[in-house]
Amino acid sequence: MKATEGKYKYGMVINLDKCTGCGTCTVACAAENNLSVIRDETDKQRTISWMQLFKVTNGKPFPDTEVSYFPRPCMHCHNHTPCVSVCPPTATKMDYNNGIVSQIYTRCIGCRYCQAACPYQARYFNWWDGHFPKGTERYLSPEVSVRMRGVVEKCSFCHHRLMRAKEQAYAEDRRELEDGEYITACTEVCPAEAITFGDLNDPDSKVAKLSKHPQAFRLLERIGTEPKVYYISSKDWVRRMADNYHPNEFQPV
Amino acid sequence: MENQSNASEKRPQGGSNESGGLLNSTFLPPFSLKGWLFVLAGLVPALIVGWVVFPMVLYSSQQQPFNFSHVVHTNPDIGIEGETEQELCMYCHYFREDGTFVGIPGMDTCTMCHDDPEFPYGQTEDEKIFLEQYVAEGKEVPWLVYSDQPECVYFSHIAHVKMGGLTCGQCHGDHGRSETLPVYKENRLTGYSIDIWGRNIAGYSKNIKPAEAGMYETEDDEQYLRTIETEQGEETYHIKMSSMKMDDCAECHTIHHQEQNNACFVCHK
Repeated sequence: MKATEGKYKYGMVINLDKCTGCGTCTVACAAENNLSVIRDETDKQRTISWMQLFKVTNGKPFPDTEVSYFPRPCMHCHNHTPCVSVCPPTATKMDYNNGIVSQIYTRCIGCRYCQAACPYQARYFNWWDGHFPKGTERYLSPEVSVRMRGVVEKCSFCHHRLMRAKEQAYAEDRRELEDGEYITACTEVCPAEAITFGDLNDPDSKVAKLSKHPQAFRLLERIGTEPKVYYISSKDWVRRMADNYHPNEFQPV
Repeated sequence: MENQSNASEKRPQGGSNESGGLLNSTFLPPFSLKGWLFVLAGLVPALIVGWVVFPMVLYSSQQQPFNFSHVVHTNPDIGIEGETEQELCMYCHYFREDGTFVGIPGMDTCTMCHDDPEFPYGQTEDEKIFLEQYVAEGKEVPWLVYSDQPECVYFSHIAHVKMGGLTCGQCHGDHGRSETLPVYKENRLTGYSIDIWGRNIAGYSKNIKPAEAGMYETEDDEQYLRTIETEQGEETYHIKMSSMKMDDCAECHTIHHQEQNNACFVCHK
């Protein structure tokens, strides 16, 4: 399955040198996308967090210990999107026009094949119906539907924000979006400005320039899924963690 | 059982009898006339139950709080002003500055004209109800919304009306010329209106078709004509949706070369 190139290709660059691991992105994502809490949030195998924050260390004892954080949204793989190629009812699909991998909750049959196929574990299964303690349902966003029990969900690159930005552009008699008009909730909220979002096909966009940074890398790049989420780190040990290298294979920048 | 044995007895007879007519046709099951009567006696009541009785049981009928006449409001002599039909519609059903569609307008739009509860513009009972119960009290009218969609559905009006250039009537029909509001029929199981996607339950669509001379009945129908540029040149289509189901959306997108807008997330959210 070879990807046909569409006009837009939305992607993200996360600068791990700037990331402080504060977790604001995960909170903003949950609020933006109507993520519910489960009754026992300590059950970490079944909690849902579209933007997951991983902490990694270089494993050295003090005083050489170094820590870095990996915020992990859906990678929106551009080539042979693993979840899309296995989905039996085509409930998930990549829109080649903008590169966003969608998830149609009402079509999902809950077989969780995509969850098994995803190399990044970006997909989550709803073991229960959304649970919103009294009063919190008033904070739900009308732009995102609430998921029901038995379906898989994942980061959508805040697709509703793309629709919102498009409507705004149409109201102003424009067809094209400007760089920065459509950004995800995590991008907007990151206090360290570690996350950049935009169109990778637009050579003038900030995100396209950053993705060509010499220290930019992607997770599990060699399996060929062409993720659209890039990371930047100046630390060799962080970049080495992004893939499974043989002992002498990794080339420091 | 009786029919079958009956038919098997009659079959050789029918084959030898030349005057049997239609009943001898090899295309029909070998039933006798009596057999066909039994089939009809079962089929007709079943269809009546399925097409008439069941919908009556399934759908509740509710009246709107009071009647609203579109034709009175769009009459340029006494109502709102606008040069084209589109402008007349958009006077109340407008786009907000951020491009979202207002849908059924709120009280703030109504009170732009109906600001004085003591001063009715017409003589109808409905206007009296509106002024006394809603304008004077400062309450929103609890309209029953025919187009109320499930929460997973997304639709952008501005993309179709402003960018796509569709007229309101091409999807909604001649709503602007209606004098009464249709009865609101709610599905008792799902809670959605019967008009949610239009009435064409059979899914048989012949609404979008290449235009030919004389195919439209009245001059009003000209508003449904639409010219589309194709590789072969210009083609004129007659677009008038009787339902707004996914097939109709896809069909219209295809003739407009907008297939990329059939992606999942365009309509789902």
